Amino acid sequence: MTWSAAARGAHQPDNTAFTQQRLPAWQPLLSAGIALPLFFCAGLAFIGLGLGLYYSSNGITELEYDYTGNPGTGNCSVCAEAGQGRAPPPTCSCAWYFSLPELFQGPVYLYYELTNFYQNNRRYGVSRDDEQLSGLPSALRQPANECAPYQFSAAGLPIAPCGAIANSLFNDSFSLWHQRQPDGPYVEVPLDRTGIAWWTDYHVKFRNPPLVNGSLALAFQGTAPPPNWPRPVYELSSDPNNTGFTNQDFVVWMRTAALPTFRKLYARIRQGNYTAGLPRGAYRVSITYNYPVRSFDGHKRLIFSSISWMGGKNPFLGIAYLVVGSLCILTGFVMLVVYIRYQDQNDEDEDEQ
Amino acid sequence: MPPPGAEDPAAGALRRQCGGAQHLADNQLKTTKYTLLSFLPKNLFEQFHRVANVYFVFIAMLNFVPAVNAFQPGLTLAPVLFILAVTAFKDLWEDYSRHRSDHEINHLGCLVFSREEKQYVNRFWKEIRVGDFVRLRCNEIIPADILLLSSSDPDGLCHIETANLDGETNLKRRQVVRGFSDLVSEFNPLTFTSVIECEKPNNDLTRFRGCIVHDNGKKAGLYKENLLLRGCTIRNTEAVVGIVIYAGHETKALLNNSGPRYKRSQLERQMNCDVLWCVLLLVCMSLFSAVGHGLWVRRYEEKKSLFDVPESDGSSLSPVTAAVYSFLTMIIVLQVLIPISLYVSIEIVKVCQVYFINQDIELYDEETDSQLQCRALNITEDLGQIQYIFSDKTGTLTENKMVFRRCTVSGIEYAHDANARRLAKYQEADSEEEEAVPRGGSLPQRGSIGSHQSIRIMHRSQSTKSHRRTGSRAETKRASMLSKHTAFSSPMEKDIAPDPKLFEKVSECDRCLAVARHQEHPLAHLSPELSDVFDFFIALTICNTVVVTSPDQPRQKVRGRCELKSPVKTIEDFLRRFTPSRLTSGCSSIGSLATKSTHKSGSSFLSTLSNNSTLLRLEERLGQPAPAITSNGYSSGADSWAPERATREQGRELEQVQEQELRYEAESPDEAALVYAARAYNCALADRLHDQVSVELPHLGRLTFELLHTLGFDSIRKRMSVVIRHPLTDEINVYTKGADSVIMDLLLPCSSDDARGRHQKKIRSTTQNYLNLYAVEGLRTLCIAKRVLSKEEYACWLQSHLEAESSLENREELLFQSAIRLETNLHLLGATGIEDRLQDGVPETITKLREAGLQIWVLTGDKQETAINIAYACKLLDHDEEVITLNAESQEACAALLDQCLRYVQSTRPRSTPEKTTGNMSVRFSPLCSASASTTSDPSPSLVIDGRSLAYALEKNLEDKFLFLAKQCRSVLCCRSTPLQKSMVVKLVRSKLKAMTLAIGDGANDVSMIQVADVGVGISGQEGMQAVMASDFAVPRFRYLQRLLLVHGHWCYSRLANMVLYFFYKNTMFVGLLFWFQFYCGFSASAMIDQWYLILFNLLFSSLPQLVTGVLDKDVPACVLLTEPQLYKSGQHMEEYRPRTFWLNMADAAFQSLVCFFVPYLAYYDSDTDMFTWGTLITAIALFTFLLHLGIETKTWTWLNWIACGLSILLFFTVALIYNASCATCYPPSNPYWTMQTLMGDPMFYLTCLLTSVTALLPRLFFKALQGSLFPTQLQLGRQLAKKSPKKLSAPFAQGPLPGETRTEPSEQRSVSTSGSLSRDCTLQVSWHAQQPACSPEARGEPSTVDVSMPLREDPLLEGLSSQALGCSSQEEAILEGCPGDSKVKPTNTSRTALLSSIFNLPTFSSLNWISSLSLVSRLGSVLQFSRGSLQMDKQDGEFLPSPPQPDQDLKRADHGLLLGASSRDCS
Repeated sequence: MTWSAAARGAHQPDNTAFTQQRLPAWQPLLSAGIALPLFFCAGLAFIGLGLGLYYSSNGITELEYDYTGNPGTGNCSVCAEAGQGRAPPPTCSCAWYFSLPELFQGPVYLYYELTNFYQNNRRYGVSRDDEQLSGLPSALRQPANECAPYQFSAAGLPIAPCGAIANSLFNDSFSLWHQRQPDGPYVEVPLDRTGIAWWTDYHVKFRNPPLVNGSLALAFQGTAPPPNWPRPVYELSSDPNNTGFTNQDFVVWMRTAALPTFRKLYARIRQGNYTAGLPRGAYRVSITYNYPVRSFDGHKRLIFSSISWMGGKNPFLGIAYLVVGSLCILTGFVMLVVYIRYQDQNDEDEDEQ
Repeated sequence: MPPPGAEDPAAGALRRQCGGAQHLADNQLKTTKYTLLSFLPKNLFEQFHRVANVYFVFIAMLNFVPAVNAFQPGLTLAPVLFILAVTAFKDLWEDYSRHRSDHEINHLGCLVFSREEKQYVNRFWKEIRVGDFVRLRCNEIIPADILLLSSSDPDGLCHIETANLDGETNLKRRQVVRGFSDLVSEFNPLTFTSVIECEKPNNDLTRFRGCIVHDNGKKAGLYKENLLLRGCTIRNTEAVVGIVIYAGHETKALLNNSGPRYKRSQLERQMNCDVLWCVLLLVCMSLFSAVGHGLWVRRYEEKKSLFDVPESDGSSLSPVTAAVYSFLTMIIVLQVLIPISLYVSIEIVKVCQVYFINQDIELYDEETDSQLQCRALNITEDLGQIQYIFSDKTGTLTENKMVFRRCTVSGIEYAHDANARRLAKYQEADSEEEEAVPRGGSLPQRGSIGSHQSIRIMHRSQSTKSHRRTGSRAETKRASMLSKHTAFSSPMEKDIAPDPKLFEKVSECDRCLAVARHQEHPLAHLSPELSDVFDFFIALTICNTVVVTSPDQPRQKVRGRCELKSPVKTIEDFLRRFTPSRLTSGCSSIGSLATKSTHKSGSSFLSTLSNNSTLLRLEERLGQPAPAITSNGYSSGADSWAPERATREQGRELEQVQEQELRYEAESPDEAALVYAARAYNCALADRLHDQVSVELPHLGRLTFELLHTLGFDSIRKRMSVVIRHPLTDEINVYTKGADSVIMDLLLPCSSDDARGRHQKKIRSTTQNYLNLYAVEGLRTLCIAKRVLSKEEYACWLQSHLEAESSLENREELLFQSAIRLETNLHLLGATGIEDRLQDGVPETITKLREAGLQIWVLTGDKQETAINIAYACKLLDHDEEVITLNAESQEACAALLDQCLRYVQSTRPRSTPEKTTGNMSVRFSPLCSASASTTSDPSPSLVIDGRSLAYALEKNLEDKFLFLAKQCRSVLCCRSTPLQKSMVVKLVRSKLKAMTLAIGDGANDVSMIQVADVGVGISGQEGMQAVMASDFAVPRFRYLQRLLLVHGHWCYSRLANMVLYFFYKNTMFVGLLFWFQFYCGFSASAMIDQWYLILFNLLFSSLPQLVTGVLDKDVPACVLLTEPQLYKSGQHMEEYRPRTFWLNMADAAFQSLVCFFVPYLAYYDSDTDMFTWGTLITAIALFTFLLHLGIETKTWTWLNWIACGLSILLFFTVALIYNASCATCYPPSNPYWTMQTLMGDPMFYLTCLLTSVTALLPRLFFKALQGSLFPTQLQLGRQLAKKSPKKLSAPFAQGPLPGETRTEPSEQRSVSTSGSLSRDCTLQVSWHAQQPACSPEARGEPSTVDVSMPLREDPLLEGLSSQALGCSSQEEAILEGCPGDSKVKPTNTSRTALLSSIFNLPTFSSLNWISSLSLVSRLGSVLQFSRGSLQMDKQDGEFLPSPPQPDQDLKRADHGLLLGASSRDCS
């Protein structure tokens, strides 16, 4: 054996599959033949999924009421008229009457919906101080600059909670009354106002500042409520576990909505006789009308909705799946035509060869 | 000492005295860009020349402005800093390697005279100053431009090798400045008191003017013959002393190197253009958004909406201000559109591509242990788009080894079969020799010069390039290998195996003459044939300028000072020398080699060695011990040929011992080859002095010829002659050696009356036949002729010659005329065929590259004949195509010639579609593709142009015409071109034709060309490292270019193009998502996607798969790319990435972003989802869509692709989960605590992802699949076939062309070659109308020649022809089998035949008959039948019956070659 053959050259590259770019590889060729089964399979799967989604979405019932109070739309128009200003009279209330011919399958969720409300507006969305909301005492006294102009009150006190989001907290309140028999008394349906926010939110993200002498009010001493708020933050709810920054209405509101039309969960109905849903009968929703939306052409709605594994009622996804699935099948047929014609040609070629 | 000055001749008497530290450059070489201190500012400054960097920094800075900031400021700054740092590091590293190489050169040592120490001391190169005296020894490299003041050579000569400058490996003679040559004693710098005036530094290598003013006021002119140029090597001269005139960057060598150019690939330029489009798009989006926001603000301004946030002072923002803020914030938010990671990713991909190219084992040359090196990191994809290749010839296409191959003497051919076998064996033998050759020291020994020992050492290492960097072990190994391959020295060139018949004849001559030497007319005793043989070998031996050196006999010792001043200078001299009285007194001292010749008879008035004394000498030689052999570095190489040598007679063996000590140094390798050949026939050149040449013959002994004149070679005469006085006959003989074309015309016209004349005529015609045969074989042919002059004739000629010599004006012209007068009425002796061996695989490579649509130009400094020969050999020129030769003497002549050629070319190609005139050009440029299409109709001519004409043609007013002509030509050959001209040609093509150019060369003369071209390739071979240092890629051999371009170039281009497109798609699509969101957030520049995702998405989550694809994806496997070179055209035409694809891509991106935005929008419309949960969902959707999109685009899925995709998804979710769990309050404003976790628990998330991704990609998949089936591109077809029949690839795919478009191309080309080879024969029988074009020299009276002619072929050629036709026919058959029935091919075939019939009109057809009658094999018959069928000439049927195949040796060989060709196509 000669020297040159025995000793590999110092510069000789490694002869491995990787360095020589000879890695085994799957080489799909995009053509009608390959795409054909793909399209059919996808199409069938999508149609199947679409049907399932469509039916499960259809199984969800929704009851919706616009109580914005545009003239002539109901008894809330009085309040709407009265509340043209920024601070509507707190006493104004109106009601929505509806009746259920049959059982409204539970669990029933009560949402309120706002339209044309740009919670995702940039300047609005950043106007908060998460550190303050997490109960950091220093941040409580010194809110972040992002909160401006709702950082300090006119008196110079730090606003708690600061920022535009908190300031614009939705403050209508609802109560649901059930009339079992016609002309019977209205019984209040218990609304579960807890558990409407993410568990992590009111346990981790939102914390009240350390209590001073066991009192939340003392903890918030030296701060001012946001200008729009009639009450300080520690009086948001009478429930001591649901007040302050951890008030779940507040927490829900602070989770800014993605789109200008959005719902927010107000309450769940699952207590007492209403665990299975709302039984048939007449209902009245008493609305405390505070929140002014007509100034910016917004709407307020109340929605009762049942819920399924895929969340609320959403016919779109099912329909979309059906449409896309059909499209897949359609293109699949086009492919088939192409494939058959091309295949003939191909075979000819091969025969010729 | 008065220092020399530099003078500008134009400025008159300005004489710069450089006494002090005036701004004369020192000899330090500095090519670095930075110093340690200047690095940071300078590098940053340079980086900010890149607009993208400025933009990124601007964005990052913008983010620091609170009113408009979108993200946390630090977050946006991080990527910018990262990218700047990476680039800076890369620059630093590159500059450091430059610095290292500079350092190495600067610290080479040389001897410089020190005035303090009054002796020569060792100094570094960089310490040399202008005005220093430098002493150089043999084999040293000249450190600066030096005026030669003293040489150890007694004649004041110095030989230098200029290979580093112009690539010519021959020795050039330099002369000591007049006035210093007479110095008897050694030159003493201390006594130097003259003043030197010279011109300003310039880059003209061929000119140097100046004068030296001596003390006594005498002036002497300085010419280029006095100047030693930096970079050259001193050869064959023991020591020289000179004064440094130009140093460092002012030397001609460095001025000839136009500095390195920052190369930016075409793809990158295009990409930058598209980046600008993206910027425009970004601005538009932002403006739109700003206007929208202004309107939105105005709408809600008065409404006291709850979501409206007033300024911190409580006032509300005016719509205009809000719009401006929104505009700036939008720019920040949408900055992703101009991808910061694009540049980094491209760099990474390129580095990986470079790695893979470097690692390709098929580009590794085992012989030299060198692999391909990519030296430029940023232009790999340019390799896939090359349109023009400019190649050097010597050392690039050829091995630069001239080997005597065969010869014909007196009409008898000596095939030298043994020699052919020997040459064939060399290829295999090379590797074995490697171990036999001892590793010689690569640097010349320093120290005592002149001693016997050291000279021997020096000579041993002579051929080793001592300047080669000798760093690593491998380098030294390569150096030692190179020494073996250096011209003139390898055993391959030296050990010619003589033809036994001829050898016998030569020895017979020798014996006869030895017996008859004392008779009156010794040569008359020989038969005419033998006398021709003898003269032939004498001519081979002495008709040259070869210098003989022998290691143990330094030149100055051998040399006896003869009073004879040669060549003859005056008539008196002539008379004196030719009268017998002169003899006794004159040359008594000739030949100090032992014997005096005073006892010789008066008839031989020059001394010759007696027979006895020669024998005596030989015995002495024989007695020398073995070490004499081993002292020769090549003895072991010779030993390996011992078996062959053993067959030779004993005397030769003995001779060899002696001969091995002689080295021949020739101006051109051909000469050396001839001299070695003659030596193989025991006719050895023993010594050459200025005035005499000695030839050693075994019986006759040493014959010393008096050398009367040497008429050197020039490219116009194409010949050289020596005038000698024959020692045996005392006749004055002229031996002429030159190109066959000229010699044949200069022969003595022979009457056909007498038998002798007829015999001569026959000899000439047979010789011509053999010459043609040689030319077909690609041998360099030379004719050897002789003329006997009578004394009267000589005297007559001498008179005029001396007049010419002494004439002041027109001297050159007169000398030329004088030479022409002498070289007439020649008697033809014979012809030789020398092989300048092509490198392995050069013809194949050129053919493949041609098929790939590359136009190949050869730019060589070599002479025209050589270049043409090589061009034929490497299939650059075809024997069946026309060659336009452009030799013009003046600007006007050149213009006229160009016009005529253009007219001619256009008249022969009426079908070439006229194009619109571009700009102010007066000529029409047809597009590239039409050129290739029209080559199919008739072979376009080739253009040969010489250096001088090239200079005219490159003038402003002619360059357009020249380019147009060149474009029409299949190949262009520029001979005798200077380095600067080479670069000018490249520059011209680059700028005017807007074509991608590649220059490949191996020598320093190619450096400027390499630097000018878009891609410069250096061959790391024979001639130093300059070319490699200047190049972007260094390949060990020319043939690797094929794989480099066709495979790696294509891959790199395709990968990068696809990656860039993908990048644009990805960013546009991502930004689109944000943009659509603006419609639902009041155009407030809000982003639903978390800032971290926004910044990191490109860098982190989606980058890995595309990098893997960008690095590894192979659209077509290598073997298909190699077998189907036309696939390369996709890169040339920029099929993968052009404006149309870019915009389609963008449109698809827009569509996909619409889908990816609105499907989630609708799915989550009217729901209680929050912004960042929804944003995260969209981010995930985008990721999936990107990956699926990449999946559609990826052609090969290796496990790395799968892993990358998996990792990408995994990384996103992992990072998202960790990020969303890490801190509840840390990342305002999104603060996405537990978002991902919640999202992943929601089935809607998965359902939406699935639906959206599929919907987004549905159209793309659909169209891709449809297009793949209905209108597949060539690349797709290549892929398809490669996949469909990986086993069949070797057979049907390789031969049968691709279906569809491609299918027609090979058939076109092949049918052309068939028609070509057929039409060639037409010239034999009928005069072909196209043969005499408009621009023949006779048409005009100007001293320029154009020969547009078809080479005439005669009978012996038919062998070659038939084998060629055979090849054609088989290919034709393959095509016929491969693609009949295809509707696309049929029409083209018929149209082709129509063309054929237009070429072959009736006379042509008769030639077909003629061929068929000439007993060719049946397969050729099938071709003819094919063409007959297409011509629809049925009546000739019977005559086409093929003759029975003959057992022809050549045909069998051709057949074999065909089989080999087929098997080599197998790519598995």
